Amino acid sequence: EISAWGSLVARRERNLRQLYPTGTSKVYGYVTNSKVKFVMVVDSSNTALRDNEIRSMFRKLHNSYTDVMCNPFYTPGDRIQSRAFDNMVTSMMIQVC
Amino acid sequence: MMSKNDGEIRFGNSAELHGTKVQIPYLSTEKNSFKRMDDEDKQQETQSPTMSPLASPPSSPPHYQRVPLSHGYSKLRSSTEQMHPAPYEARQPLVQPEGSSSGGQGTKPLRHQTSLIRSFSVERELQDNNSYLDEPWRITEEQREYYVNQFRSLQPDPSSFISGSVAKNFFTKSKLSIPELSYIWELSDADCDGALTLPEFCAAFHLIVARKNGYPLPEGLPPTLQPEYLQAAFPKPKWDCQLFDSYSESLPANQQPRDLNRMEKTSVKDTADLPVLTQDVTGDDKQALKSTVNEALPKDVSEDPATKSGLLPPPPALPPRPCPSQSEQVSEAELLPQLSRASSQAAESSPSKKDVPYSQPPSKPIRRKFRPENQATENQEPSTVAGGPASAATVKSHPTVQKQSSKQKKAIQTAIRKNKEANAVLARLNSELQQQLKIPKVFIKPNSQRKKEPLEKRSHTKLSKEEEAEEEEEEEEEEEEEKKKHLLFFCH
Repeated sequence: EISAWGSLVARRERNLRQLYPTGTSKVYGYVTNSKVKFVMVVDSSNTALRDNEIRSMFRKLHNSYTDVMCNPFYTPGDRIQSRAFDNMVTSMMIQVC
Repeated sequence: MMSKNDGEIRFGNSAELHGTKVQIPYLSTEKNSFKRMDDEDKQQETQSPTMSPLASPPSSPPHYQRVPLSHGYSKLRSSTEQMHPAPYEARQPLVQPEGSSSGGQGTKPLRHQTSLIRSFSVERELQDNNSYLDEPWRITEEQREYYVNQFRSLQPDPSSFISGSVAKNFFTKSKLSIPELSYIWELSDADCDGALTLPEFCAAFHLIVARKNGYPLPEGLPPTLQPEYLQAAFPKPKWDCQLFDSYSESLPANQQPRDLNRMEKTSVKDTADLPVLTQDVTGDDKQALKSTVNEALPKDVSEDPATKSGLLPPPPALPPRPCPSQSEQVSEAELLPQLSRASSQAAESSPSKKDVPYSQPPSKPIRRKFRPENQATENQEPSTVAGGPASAATVKSHPTVQKQSSKQKKAIQTAIRKNKEANAVLARLNSELQQQLKIPKVFIKPNSQRKKEPLEKRSHTKLSKEEEAEEEEEEEEEEEEEKKKHLLFFCH
């Protein structure tokens, strides 16, 4: 896993990598240029999800995350409590499920 | 406490309740202070059961003011001038009987009364800068002066920004909790750029003041606190000119359509009456806004007509003629009732025009927050959308060109902002990592020296900040891996 992240970072890939395919779930990772990592765990039974969909979801996450970061009252490392962020995540999850 | 709860309910309920609740109590009172808002809340309390049967279609909270207004306007068509003086006085007796006879009145008389009230509330609002539809969320002149002065104390140039850290220090003095301040920031920083423009700052300050006075924070930024609305509602000549000349990031898209509107207006004015003008401009507004707003949020069609019509008052309020344009705005508003009689299409457009001060909600901030609700409203406002494009057919080509450039500008500016933030984050992470590096330094001196040299060299070169941070962090990560290896060796 670490090596997978390492390769993501080293190659400056901002795209997703299937990190750890298990039997029941798929794990997707996405790293940003600021080394922030997003991890998405998807149930294997959800076969309808394609690569580009996952990628767009990560992009949305990234955009919402930058919006959260813009808030000076948010310190990196805190649990994110932004309503906009929550709404985005919820809508994404609803879309998928 | 009850009033506070009702305040919360007020903002969380459907439009019909809102529309009626909000309008009637506010119209019956001539107030401007927060204290009186409690009274209004209580009035709402008593009247809420009676208002439900009214015929305004349900829609999400940000739209609650718009919908009833459109109803008011369609009825205005039939009975305006005669009613004008009388019902306003009659409003007060109307209010109380409605409150007292909770179940007594039938829906029709209620509807009629409330529609009358609505229609006059609309006129009153347009004429009266301090109207009371969104009482706690409407900034009064005195408050505005105060906020502007506070802004100047932090940032002498009123057309420029207050940075996030400066604003954070300032608002922290208000002694509100950090999560609340964080939420207020999220509401008021409409473009999410980590800095506050003057209208954003006023909105934030106003929310803080409201919160300190006990008002629950709204679900979304109220229409009267939207930056565009604040700019239009309080056009001060010096402020306007500076803002318009130097405003870049926050309102490029809005500026473009406004320019469009002004151009359209001047061209059409020469040839046609004001009624025709406003119709055309509405159509143009719809087209222009449709694209510029769609660029930001592709989904929301329903709010476009309202948003586009929302541009009507702002154009007159902007340079080159701020003062006379404001009177234009008012006279336009007065003419709109006449317009609404002209045609059915005008009826559709003018209600949405009337929604001008309130229709700003469909612009970005609310949309971002209320996308799921927007989908619901999309279904309810197809008619207004249909009306819009038809009238805009002729002048479509003109807006499209400017739309695209504004789109591009906006895209570039959002990209710039995001990069800035990324840079800020990178810098922070960089410093954190460097701190971490210092701790296990003892074990890996030879390696660290080797690695540090390239790091320092690179810091002197003219790499972009991002690349630098990336490379440094990469190297630091490699260093850390090596460190771990060494540690393992040492352990063994």
